[in-house]
Order: sequence, then C-alpha cells, then structure tokens
Amino acid sequence: MASNWPILSILIWLPILGGLAILTVGNQRAPLARVMALVISILVFVFSIFMLMAFDPSTAAMKFSELSPWIAAFNVNYHLGVDGFSVPLILLTTFFGVLVVIAGWEVIQERVQQYMAAFLIMEGLMVGVFSALDALLFYVFFEAMLIPMFLLIGMWGGPRRVYATIKFFLYTFLGSVFMLIGLIYLYIQSGTWSILEWQDFPLTLEVQKWLFLGFLAAFSVKIPMWPVHTWLPDAHVEAPTGGSVILAAIMLKIGGYGFIRFSLPITPDAAAALDWLIIALSLITVVYIGFVALVQEDMKKLIAYSSISHMGFVTLGLFIAFAIFQNSDGGEGAALGVEGAMVQMISHGFISGALFLCVGVLYDRLHSRMIVDYGGVAHTMPWFAAFAVLFFMANSGLPGTSGFVGEFMVILAAFQANFWYAFLASLTLILGAAYSLWLVKRVIFGPVGSKKVAKLEDINAREALVLGTLAVAVLLLGLWPEPLVNLMHASVDQLLAHIQQPKFTMAGN
Amino acid sequence: MNTTNMLLAAPEFWVLIMACVILIADLFIREERRGIIHMMAMITLVFAAIITVRGDYLSEGLRSATAFNGSFIRDPMGDVLKLFSFFILGIVYVYAKFYLRQFRMFRTDFYTLTLFALLGVMLLISANSLVTIYLGLELTSLSTYALVAFDRESKRGSEAAMKYFVLGSMASGMLLYGMSMIYGATGSMDLADISVAISNQDGDSMILVFGLVFLVVGLAFKLGVVPFHMWIPDVYEGAPAAVTLFISAIPKMAGFAMAYRLLYTGLGDLHTDWQQMLSILAVLSIVLGNLAAIAQTNIKRMLAYSTISHMGFILMGLLPGTADGFGASMYYVIVYSLMSAGAFGMIILLSARGVEAEQLDDFKGLNQRNGWYAAIMAMIMFSMAGVPVFVGFFAKWLVIKAALDAGLLWLAISAVIFSVVGAFYYLRVIKLMYFDEPLTESPIDAPVDFNAVISLNGLLMLGLGVFSGSLIAVCMSAFGA
Repeated sequence: MASNWPILSILIWLPILGGLAILTVGNQRAPLARVMALVISILVFVFSIFMLMAFDPSTAAMKFSELSPWIAAFNVNYHLGVDGFSVPLILLTTFFGVLVVIAGWEVIQERVQQYMAAFLIMEGLMVGVFSALDALLFYVFFEAMLIPMFLLIGMWGGPRRVYATIKFFLYTFLGSVFMLIGLIYLYIQSGTWSILEWQDFPLTLEVQKWLFLGFLAAFSVKIPMWPVHTWLPDAHVEAPTGGSVILAAIMLKIGGYGFIRFSLPITPDAAAALDWLIIALSLITVVYIGFVALVQEDMKKLIAYSSISHMGFVTLGLFIAFAIFQNSDGGEGAALGVEGAMVQMISHGFISGALFLCVGVLYDRLHSRMIVDYGGVAHTMPWFAAFAVLFFMANSGLPGTSGFVGEFMVILAAFQANFWYAFLASLTLILGAAYSLWLVKRVIFGPVGSKKVAKLEDINAREALVLGTLAVAVLLLGLWPEPLVNLMHASVDQLLAHIQQPKFTMAGN
Repeated sequence: MNTTNMLLAAPEFWVLIMACVILIADLFIREERRGIIHMMAMITLVFAAIITVRGDYLSEGLRSATAFNGSFIRDPMGDVLKLFSFFILGIVYVYAKFYLRQFRMFRTDFYTLTLFALLGVMLLISANSLVTIYLGLELTSLSTYALVAFDRESKRGSEAAMKYFVLGSMASGMLLYGMSMIYGATGSMDLADISVAISNQDGDSMILVFGLVFLVVGLAFKLGVVPFHMWIPDVYEGAPAAVTLFISAIPKMAGFAMAYRLLYTGLGDLHTDWQQMLSILAVLSIVLGNLAAIAQTNIKRMLAYSTISHMGFILMGLLPGTADGFGASMYYVIVYSLMSAGAFGMIILLSARGVEAEQLDDFKGLNQRNGWYAAIMAMIMFSMAGVPVFVGFFAKWLVIKAALDAGLLWLAISAVIFSVVGAFYYLRVIKLMYFDEPLTESPIDAPVDFNAVISLNGLLMLGLGVFSGSLIAVCMSAFGA
C-alpha cells in the first residue's frame, strides 16, 4: 500500500461519488444498482483495512493528514487526519456500509438505486465526520449527513415516517446550530478553523463554559442524552431496518466522538467545572431510560431505548475522568474510563446494529414489531433464535461478549471517582438483563404464539451471513479487546494529559 | 475629478441602446418569429457582460473611478453585482420564454421592460449620488410595476400591480424626503461629499438622523423587510410566475448595492445609528418571514415570506460595517438570487398548459414523476434552508459571522433558531416531492434550453457549495478584504 495515497479522501469520496453514480442507473435496473452498491462498499471496506494496517498506534499524532485550502478568504482548509479515536469508528462505519447493503438486498424493492445511493453517500459523509480536522469541514459533514438519513426514513419508513423524520431532522439541526455559533466565535477569536490549534488556544473559563454548552447542545442531541433523546425512538421505529442500523451503530457514535474531539480538549476547564452536569445526565440516562425500555411493547422501541441507556455509559466514561483526577494522582482510572467509553461505542455499534437486523428479519416475515405478536420463534426459526439470544445476551452485558467489556471498564473507573456513580451505573447490568431477557422470553421462547409464527421460515444464507459476521465481531471483541484498546491507547493518554492542563491560566484570567 | 469619462458607463449605454433597438425591432418582426427578440435580449446580456469585464478603468492604486461629476461610480463590487445580474437575468429569460409561450403572453414588452429594469438596477449599483440612486430606483420600480400587471386579463395581477405601485410610490416618497433632509444637513447630493461633511460634523446631527430614518424606511420598503413587507406576498402571488421570478431575483441585487452606497459610502459615520435600526429590521424579518411561511399553502406566497426572511439575513451582513460583512451580504444576495431563480423556474416547469403550479400540492410525488427535477428542487430547498453542503449554508454562515463580528450575539442566536424554524417549511416541500404519491402521472416536458439551464441552476447549488472558496473570494476581494 503506497503510503502517499490520499487514503482518507478515498474513503470519503469513493462512496459519495459511487452513490451518485448509482443514482444514474435508473429505476428499471435494480439488480445492477445492488451489485454496484455492494462492490463499492466492499472496496471502501478494503481500503479502510489498508488504512488500519498502515496505521501506527504508537503515537497520538494525526496520521494520513491531508491539507489543502478550501475557503482561503476565511482560512478554512480541507484538512483530514485520523488518530486512535477515529480509526476504530471509521472501520465500524465501513464495516456497516457493507452490511446494510446486504441487509437491504431483497427487502427493498422500490427505488433501489436511490436507497443504495443514500446509504453510500451517508457512509462517505460519516467517514468525513470522523476524519475532519477543520471545524467547518466537520460541521459540513456533520450536517450534510442528515440529508440522506432524512430521505431514507421518509421514503422507506413505517406509517408515521413523516413525523419521525422531520422531528429527527429539526431536532438535530437545532442542536447543531448552537455549535455553529460557538465555532464561528472560536474562529473570530483565534483566526483559524483548525481543531488541533483550537485545542491549544487559551480561553477564559467564562467563554469556555458557553462554548461547552454550545457543543453540548449539538452532541447531546446526537448521542442522545436524556432529556433530548425523544427523537431517537421515533426515528428508529419508523426507519427501515438499514436506517435503524446505521442510526444506532454509527450516527449515535458521532455524538460521543464530538465530545472527545471538541468538548474535552477545546474546553477542558469548562468540562471539569461542569462535569457534574454531564455525569448527572448520564446516570439519569442510564437508569431512567433503562426503566423506560423495560415497559416497551414495540421491539424496535425497546432496542432504541436500550441504545440511549448504553450511550449514557459513553458520556459517563468520558466525564468521570475529572473526578478521578481529584481522587487519585495516578489517573490510571481515567484512562480506563475513556477507553471503556470507546470500547462501549464500538461494541454497542455491533450489538445494536445486530439487534435491529434481528428485528428486521422478523419484521420482513410478519410485518409487525410488536412483542405480543410473537412467541415461540425458537421453534420455527432455531438458527435465528440462536443468533438473537446471543445478541440480546451481549446487550445485557454477558461476560465473553463485547457488551461486557466496555461497561465493565466504565464501572471500574467509576468506582475510583465515586462509589455511588458506580452503583447507579451498575444498575444497568440488572436493568439491561431484565429488558433484554424478558424480550427474549416473550418473543423467542415459550409456546408458539400464533399461526403466523408457526409458518415462519428460518433465516436464509444472506441473513445468516450478516448475523454471523456480527456474532463473530461481538465475540471477538468480548474475548480479545486488546487490539482495539492498543489502537487508541496513545491518543487516550495524550487527551488525558491535555485536559489536565488548565487553559484559562494561559488566557491570563 | 474626471468629469467626462463616459466610457465608464459603457455597459449601461449598451443596455439602453439595445432596449430601444428591441423596442423598435418588435415593429418589424412577425409574431411567430418572436424568438428573435429572445435571442437579441440574450445577446444584449452577453455583450453587456463582455463590456463590463473588458472595462479597464482603474488607474494605479485606486479602487474605483467616477464619471458624470462624481454621480456615477465604477468599482469591482459594482462589476461583480452587474455580472451576476446579467447571468441571472439570462437564466430568467430562459425560464420566462417557456412560461410566456405556454401562457400565450410571449410579447416583446416583457423583454423591453426587464431590460429597462436591468438598466435601473445597473444605475443603482453604480450610483454615487442621491440623484442617481433615485433615478435608478424609479427606473427599476416603474418597469416592475408594469411587469406585475403583464397579464392584462388577470384581476389578481392588476390588483397586485396597484398595491405595489401605491406602496412603492410611498416608499419612494419617504426616500426622497429623507434625501432632502440629508441634502439640507450636508449641502451636497454627492455621497462622497456627504460623507466628508458628516465626518467634519458640518450638518445638524438631528436632521441627519431624521433623514437617515426616512432613508432606512425607503430602503426597507424596497428590500421588503418587516415591517415594510406587506406588498411582497401579494405581488409574488398576483404576478405571473415569470415576472415573480424576475422580481425575486434581479432587483434584490440593486437593493443591496443601494444599501451599501447610501449607508456606508454616504452615511458611514452614522454607523451606530443605522446598525441599531437594521438589526431590529433584520430580526423582525427573520422571525416573521419564517413563521408566516409555515402557514402558506401557495408556494409563491411561501417563497415570498421566505424572501422576507432572506432579506433579514442580508441585512445582518451589513451590520458590522466592515469589508468582510459587506462581502458576506453580497455573497448572500447573489446566492439568494440563484436559489430564487431556480425555485421559480421549478414552478414554471410544473405549470401545465394555462395553469400555474402555485399550490404546494402540485409538487406531490415529483420524485416518482421525474427524479432529476425532484433532485434539483431538493437541492434548492436544502440550500434555502441552509443545510450544508449546499451553497445557502455558506451564505448563512458568513452573515452569522458578520453579526458576531458586530458583537450582536442575540441576533446571531435568534437568526439560527429561526433558520431551524424555516427549515421546516423547506423540508415540507421535500416531503411532498419524495414521501407522497403523485396527484397526476402526466409527464413533465420542457425544451432543451430550459432543461439545461435548470439543471445548471440546481447543480450550482451543490457546486458553489462544495467549491465555495471561489465565489466567496470574489465577493470578499470586491470589497478589498
């Protein structure tokens, strides 16, 4: 692999241009659109593997940097680069890029070329979000990503799709415009849009707090945290299976990534001063939303709430670092928290994606997402039942699966911050098990629920391939998380060292 | 001062001559060969652009040159605005020809009136004294009053023209009154002299500010910002779509230039006074425009209210009174004109023989009828809503930055909140096109030139966004930033 290839640009533009090319195929030639989408997404995934192999995890510096002027009048650059935080997320994105194309292979029969194009364009934009080092470029990718998702939910979604998709769009749009004001303010102060330069740019505590709140508005909606989570269950329920998968597996992670890339390093003192707020919101998210998930009767809604609850762990893991610094001088636990948050993001990507695919498999056959319509699926679909049980177990944090690793790391770190944080966070192990296993009991086990269930056919080779791949990923990450942690170790250390340096002293406050 | 360099106004002379030539040529051209008139008008625009580009008028170290005793000015900013006026008017002509033919209104008057209006716009852009400003303004306004009533049979059109005329005349009166006060206070009609007089504190500041208020009122009427916006929805709805297309796109360029010349070149020292006024006008326009647009079912009215909110954004760029800010405003106005032309072009495209597609429901299921047209409209709507990566986002970004430069955080915050509100009604159009079933299956067909131009217009939304650096650089360097 030639090291001077613009590998990040390839990862961004190949799917976008490929998607546009698929649009020209036309309505009549659906098979061609499918094949093209599959080829392009596999190519992108292969390229991302190349990137992983060429990536040197020993330093925290940005790799594969690309820099060229974009809007010279305002010092905006097309600046890309990746570190230990972005590489795993980019791989997750390209991985799911392939899976959703396969998952939508037979299910989508109308306007196939537009469906496939929307996914590919979205994939490119999401890779862009994870690799942008220029704040305006980041914002452009961050927002542009809403367009294909908006169309996906609206065009191929369920009965209340219009309500859900407009709510999704406006909610996230409203959150991010506040961030835009913050970004413009930072540019006026610093004269640059470079995220890396902003990280070293001195700011008073007062200013940092406002900026922090601006970032929070954008990323808390995206991740999402209680109380701005209400768009997610609607969007998930109405979205087509592929849309739900991308939404849960990757789009939510962009919120977490935003906290890592913006909130923590650019406004570290505000993050330290306001960490109580994030921790409180995270714990409420983890516990309260866990209870909410328990009472859901719609499978997709249950998984959506479970996603929100799990994402609470991510924000918790990221922001307990400050409390740990105060309690111990080593800061070992802080690294555990941040790494736990990252592992949790990746693992939740696999698990939630897999769960939505499982529901999709059932939905394609019975056209119902209601738990009461099922029962005893294990009798008619034994293979499917095996996969579904594995994923729900992983969702409840069973040791040996990836779900356990991230949660365990975060809880362990939380103990070093405050016993009660850890106590509340641990409740999720009970709640998660309760709603996951109760769903399994009602849907998968028990006597066959209805005649329709009795006629169900087991998963075909295509579905088995998708679920099998994910099962391998979940187990692999659960049993051997070492490579993933190593990938980000240097970046985590650098982030933690950075956020311990107060910035406002430099600003002369 | 150079008093005789009339060549500076060569583009204006060319347009004037051609407008007269077309007027006379009409007498000799039979009705079925009226396409020639269209071609002549297009040639007028092309050569006007060439003359403007080729004009090598700047002497060493100067950023502008004046003629006619300093009442006419050529500068890069004016050239850029004029070039885009020609370009967008060319787009307008292609759309309008299709419309006028369909509605049996393909008459030469449309071309002469729009060319005279263009002449007025050019004069306004290059105006350097109060008299020239008034002259250009009236030339533009009178031509557009007549254009609104272009469909003689239409009652709505006549009513709209009447309203427009009465309100427009009132605005002109206000402007004239304000100008007379400024003249009374400073003793000069020349913007440069006025500026000198004010900075020497020659005039009575009371009268100056009083005059300024009337100037701003007149300006606000012409731009159509709240609370002087009442004519916009009625005129947009009442006028034939081809005329609405013209009104929404071209005169706004002049409105921006007029605001710049009057407020900055002339009354730059009263910056703090007009900044306050404009910031209130801006926020009211953005709020009311976006809220009222939600309630509309007629797409022409919806776009009218959307225009009002866009004008609010354009005012935001003027607030800091810096080169960056004016550049931002100019960028916005150019982008707005392109978006608006595209949107009305789509309305014209969907208009079936004799019936304008002015209801939002006419857009239902467009994606299933024709995916490419739907994509064009979607790009225009996303651009108007200010969603990246479309060009409208960069325009909003720059004016929000301008508001922050001026230290008006409250204005920036209300602007972004209401642009989210605004996103709702733009999304509704997209929802109708993509998520709903079509009401009719009748195919949409348009001539080749129309298809080419509307495709270009739609792609510009994306292209100018992805490669936004170039146009931004043009606008900024026009102000020497």
